[in-house]
Amino acid sequence: MTLLEVRQLTKKFPVRAGVLQRANDWVRAVNGVSLHVAKGETLGIVGESGCGKTTLARLIVRLIQPDAGQIIFNGTDITKERGEIMRRVRRELQMVFQDPFGSLNPRMTIGDTLAEPFIIHRIGQRNDRTDRVAALLETVGLPADAMQRYPHQFSGGQRQRIGIARAIALEPQLVIADEPVSALDVSVQGEILNLLLDLQDRMQLSYILIAHDIKIVAQVSHRIAVMYQGEIVEEMPAGKILDSHHPYTKTLIASVPDAAL
Amino acid sequence: MKQLLFHSPSLYSLVSNKKMPLLEVENLHVSLRTSDGELRAVQDVSFALDAGETLAIVGESGCGKSMTALSLLQLVPSPPARIHSGHIWLQRQVSVPLTQPSPQRERGADTSQHAAGGIHRVDLLQLSADALCEVRGKDIAMIFQEPMSALNPVMRIGDQIAEAIFVHQPKNGVASAAAVQSQVIELLRTVGIAKPEIRARDYPHQLSGGMRQRAMIAMALSCRPRVLIADEPTTALDATIQAQILRLLKDLQRQFGMGLLLITHDFGVVAHMADRVAVMYAGKIVEHGAVRDVLSDPRHPYTAGLLRAVPSFQKRGTRARFATIPGRVPHLARLPVGCAFAPRCPNAQARCRVEIPQQEGDAAGQQYRCWFPHDKDGR
Repeated sequence: MTLLEVRQLTKKFPVRAGVLQRANDWVRAVNGVSLHVAKGETLGIVGESGCGKTTLARLIVRLIQPDAGQIIFNGTDITKERGEIMRRVRRELQMVFQDPFGSLNPRMTIGDTLAEPFIIHRIGQRNDRTDRVAALLETVGLPADAMQRYPHQFSGGQRQRIGIARAIALEPQLVIADEPVSALDVSVQGEILNLLLDLQDRMQLSYILIAHDIKIVAQVSHRIAVMYQGEIVEEMPAGKILDSHHPYTKTLIASVPDAAL
Repeated sequence: MKQLLFHSPSLYSLVSNKKMPLLEVENLHVSLRTSDGELRAVQDVSFALDAGETLAIVGESGCGKSMTALSLLQLVPSPPARIHSGHIWLQRQVSVPLTQPSPQRERGADTSQHAAGGIHRVDLLQLSADALCEVRGKDIAMIFQEPMSALNPVMRIGDQIAEAIFVHQPKNGVASAAAVQSQVIELLRTVGIAKPEIRARDYPHQLSGGMRQRAMIAMALSCRPRVLIADEPTTALDATIQAQILRLLKDLQRQFGMGLLLITHDFGVVAHMADRVAVMYAGKIVEHGAVRDVLSDPRHPYTAGLLRAVPSFQKRGTRARFATIPGRVPHLARLPVGCAFAPRCPNAQARCRVEIPQQEGDAAGQQYRCWFPHDKDGR
């Protein structure tokens, strides 16, 4: 069953130059991108910096408005939705960012941060929100006393667990993870990716996993889309990545030095 | 004063043995004084580097690999950092004096040593600040992870490279500005920058990340260093650009016969670039040996764990779980009593928690600090 379908999505940004900062050119950050994600499936998106993968993620969750194209979520076209309908969609559509420190309020305890989604969406009573937060922390493998602590008291891997806890708090259907492990050490990367895989099995989550590390994407995803200069140049099942005939995909694969001798 | 230092026997040793390595680090200890107490960032680190050879120092963040690299040129801010003890021996030809030859010296007692044709070595930790400045950039050059912060943002690329040449040129033969300029252009061409005449006039922000790293490499090479320290040189770059820069470093190393000390967290880069590898954990080198030995038969459980955690195409499309190392890196101010890796180690036994393992080695030169190392066949 298709959960998300994106049709011909396009976003242009003005290139401003000169003293008057006049837009005399446009860069097509996302150029006619179409993709789909089924329930419980992971679509990996790989590409190098500037290829438009982050812009694509921001378009899908409607943090920015596309210039053209459609976003169909659960059968509803949400491209232009706003207000109450969009608020309901946002419960189902969450994001995990590269730098969880940048997306956590440094002055709020983790308990307060994680309770916020419940308050905003008026879920539960005040006293059972604490239980919900405690359950969330347990789900992502953090100690219960994390509730009273502040973001700076956590390591990079733990912060990413907090970011994931926040994203899954409202039991969404789709989570878009934008470079969730690129700031982490190898041994910690694996823990976070394992957590994402376990949560997917447990909650039937769908993921869009955006990363520059093609090996990680290949191991975690069901399908892979390769992005280059704003376009998806190739899409294939993750198991077939090494059989690609596309010159850019082949360059990407050949560029990764392999630790196996 | 400099000459006095130069002649003092504790400063350098004259050795006839030609096998003396280009750079040799012996029992280096560096600590940082912080509000948390004394952090032992580098403990008892020893390694050697030969001309034309690549040694990779690999480890996770906070393991001390960058501190080791920075300590070689004493680029660590002091305080809070303090280099307690150790030696950093740099090999020198006697015919290339440490300081600019003064007239007296040229006529002086040194000539007998010149005639002997010996190679001597100096301990960088004993050098005066002035003498060390002559080593930095000239004998040992360094490139960094983020070229944007290592380059001067308000100075043209060409001028920055020219500055390095001016600073280190022999004082008796001052080169003309035009000659230096043509050297700069040649250097930019060497590192693969197209239209070097035009790019030399660019400011750092006008270059892409890969081009900036090339400009950094050009600057590092400007004085033909014998040792190049590269601290995560490609970590900030895209995969395709990383491949280009690694290839460039390899070509230049071959061309100039440099010893390359490569600091990285990426075992892929190690396999691709290095002859030997030193794995660091909590400030110590825990395993050290030829790349093919260490990567195919790691003896230390930490190395083995790290290698298992590295993602690989072999598991493509499987959604297989990643191998992990349980627990966390210990705080450097609160290291455990015995082996620092013991709390996370699958092989740990009672002895590991009380006694610090000493370095041991096998016949092939693979060294490790572990009481219960893996067998040679990888079990």
